[in-house]
Amino acid sequence: MKNNLAVEPGSSAKNKTGNWRTFVPVIDHDKCIACGTCARVCPEGCVFAVGDQALQGKIFYEKDLDYCKGCGICAEECPVKCIEMKLEEK
Amino acid sequence: MKQCIEGSHAVARIVNLCRPGVISAYPITPQTHIVEDLSKLKADGEGDFEYVRADSEFAAASIVLGASAAGVRTYTATSSQGLMLMAEVVFTISGMRLPVVMTCANRAISAPINIWNDQQDVMTVRDSGWILLFAEDNQDVIDMHIMAFKIAEQTKIPVMVNMDGFVLTHTFEPIDLPTQEQVDNYLPKYVPEPGQYLDTENPVSLGCFATPADYINIRQDLQNDLINSKKVIKKEFVNFKKAFSRGSSDLTEYYGAKNAKVVFVALGSVVGTIKEVVDEIPDSAVLSVKCLRPFPAEEIIKKLAKAKYVAVIDKSISLGNEGVLATEIKATLRNSKTKVQSFVAGLGGRDITRKMVGNIYKQVQKSSSKLTFIK
Repeated sequence: MKNNLAVEPGSSAKNKTGNWRTFVPVIDHDKCIACGTCARVCPEGCVFAVGDQALQGKIFYEKDLDYCKGCGICAEECPVKCIEMKLEEK
Repeated sequence: MKQCIEGSHAVARIVNLCRPGVISAYPITPQTHIVEDLSKLKADGEGDFEYVRADSEFAAASIVLGASAAGVRTYTATSSQGLMLMAEVVFTISGMRLPVVMTCANRAISAPINIWNDQQDVMTVRDSGWILLFAEDNQDVIDMHIMAFKIAEQTKIPVMVNMDGFVLTHTFEPIDLPTQEQVDNYLPKYVPEPGQYLDTENPVSLGCFATPADYINIRQDLQNDLINSKKVIKKEFVNFKKAFSRGSSDLTEYYGAKNAKVVFVALGSVVGTIKEVVDEIPDSAVLSVKCLRPFPAEEIIKKLAKAKYVAVIDKSISLGNEGVLATEIKATLRNSKTKVQSFVAGLGGRDITRKMVGNIYKQVQKSSSKLTFIK
């Protein structure tokens, strides 16, 4: 048996699952009202606030593309529709 | 010392002598006596194992899976519909490389519902990655159980010992049952590999998710290890023969005339009947396939390539094609001039008589049909 089938704790962090994605969310920071809905609804928990406060006192949100599977829930739920799901060329 | 006991009772006794840690099973005819006897051994204080009563075969298989993952020797037994219900877990056990040992008391599959013997049940999990052993008589059955634990634990591949339902499970015959000391001398205490079992002191996850990057590699590993397990099985057959002065050292047993014109090929108890016919017909022989997976192709080529006619007698059928073993024998002998034919007999407990085998001897030489039902 060449492959070790027993996995040590914490190893999920090593397994990137972002390559399952077909569509990638692109956030338009000009339209964003910094409500944080996208971060709350993300089933993977991979949308998060970036930095403290950016220009005009707004908090920007971004996503961790290592784990984003492109489900589009953030785009669907965004109240100002500032997230666009774009076909990702690989 | 030989004792005249029932096949199922002998299996329960020998499994107990192999010192399993956890047994879980759900009763189903014709396996019932095995698990009844095991739970009685436990209730009477003669068995040092945990006996977990399950609410279905799916649960029983899952319980032994979990127990085996926790690093103890495990055992279960089933039949027919029970094996069908276990099927998902059967594949998981081999995929997780857990050395579970199971007895399959071979029985027909519904519908129509039928409790009698054939071998359709095991054939449906033929490709599950288990080592599949077939016993000819009850001595074979108990000997294979002792070897099964040793083979499974060395290879990390589960082993299924197949014994024909009723024909073997419910038959009383003289059996040389080894002593505890003899079994202990042959079968060492099971010590799971460190870091490869569930242990709160050294936590690991087993049976994890594998993406396309890993899955095919892991499956190829199992395939390679199953092929390589032929050497381990053969080695254990030889070790067993040395320790107990009985048994065969090959994965197939050839019986009858050397370079016979007609060779029968079969699995399990029907080989006994065929041997009686072979004794009466001078230019015939029988090849008993004792291990169906891994498939002993090299041995089969060596032993069958010179036969003029090969009659494969299957107690199962790949519906829409032909007998399961027949297809494999045909593929194995594709480069020889041997004419191989498929005969399906004994389904749902229909007796396979000496007269039927005699008819097969005649038919294989004159008929050219792809598949013949013998009734």
